[in-house]
Amino acid sequence: MDKAQHDDAARPPWSVGGLIQGARLITPVLPGVFLYATAFGTVAAQKGLTLWQAETMSGLVYAGAAQLVAMQVWPDHFTTAAILALVAVTATVNARLLLMGAALRPWLGHLPAWQAYPTLYLMTDSTFLVIMRRRGEAAMPALFLGSGIAMWFTWIIGALPGYLLGSTLPEPQRFGLDLVFPAFFSAMLVPLWRGRRRALPWVVSGAVAIAVNRLFPGWWFIIAGSIAGSVTGGFVHERE
Amino acid sequence: MSANDPADWGFLAAVLAMGVATYLLRAGGFWLMGHVPLTAHLRRMLEALPGSIVTATVLPIALKGGPAAMLGVAAAVAVMIVRRSELLAVLAGMAAAALVRLAGFG
Repeated sequence: MDKAQHDDAARPPWSVGGLIQGARLITPVLPGVFLYATAFGTVAAQKGLTLWQAETMSGLVYAGAAQLVAMQVWPDHFTTAAILALVAVTATVNARLLLMGAALRPWLGHLPAWQAYPTLYLMTDSTFLVIMRRRGEAAMPALFLGSGIAMWFTWIIGALPGYLLGSTLPEPQRFGLDLVFPAFFSAMLVPLWRGRRRALPWVVSGAVAIAVNRLFPGWWFIIAGSIAGSVTGGFVHERE
Repeated sequence: MSANDPADWGFLAAVLAMGVATYLLRAGGFWLMGHVPLTAHLRRMLEALPGSIVTATVLPIALKGGPAAMLGVAAAVAVMIVRRSELLAVLAGMAAAALVRLAGFG
């Protein structure tokens, strides 16, 4: 561990090695991403999108849950109202990205804008968490971009078999594949752990999210819980 | 895709709008925090966010998913504590959920 930290001081923010390491850090979730992408491909085919359209959406929007929810409310005719409804749904599901970007500011704020903003285009829940585990490391920008690139390509490629083969694919539940994201996310709590006091916001966040999930439909529980946890965190000091 | 079909233009407009909205969210929080002073209080708030996002996302999903999801999540955390490997944690979570379902408790 000491040696790794010592080496880190000499590492540049951007390097091919950093990009590759970033891609490796994200590999545990790539099977889940691939499977999620096939599910999107299948639904997109059912909704009558061309393969090109499905892949254009995956490449540009690049947000799993939002794309699947958008497919559920996909219109037959693209009126202005229909497009606005799609944007509203997308923004609701993706609102949590706003919080993740905010959390990255102290760690990536030193980057020039032309480096930071294109990199943020590839931010997802998983790459954000992977990178927060490495916060403070010199190579953090390259790790962030490398993990994002690996995930983007997996997301694009995974839609292909889903679109072409459709419902012949096996049920994700059969091998516990639906647990990839919950398992990965919760495992990331371990390296984020900084003692019980700092975990209080997590408890508040979880409780609020469960309550909001019971009371309101949709995806508000993630953002409501996260904000409650963050507000709590503001009042949790290092020492008494 | 034929450029003459008005449905294609509608599709393109919809996807571009969805893409722009999503990117503004990806970049917006980062941008906003660059325009306010990062006080100690705000830093603590931001520092609490990653873990809070995890629990806010996972706990409701695990509760809804029943014993298989709950044990899967617990197994992932346990393996992560012992082995510090995301890959092993994910595999343990999948295996635990698959076993619970195999036993008919899913």
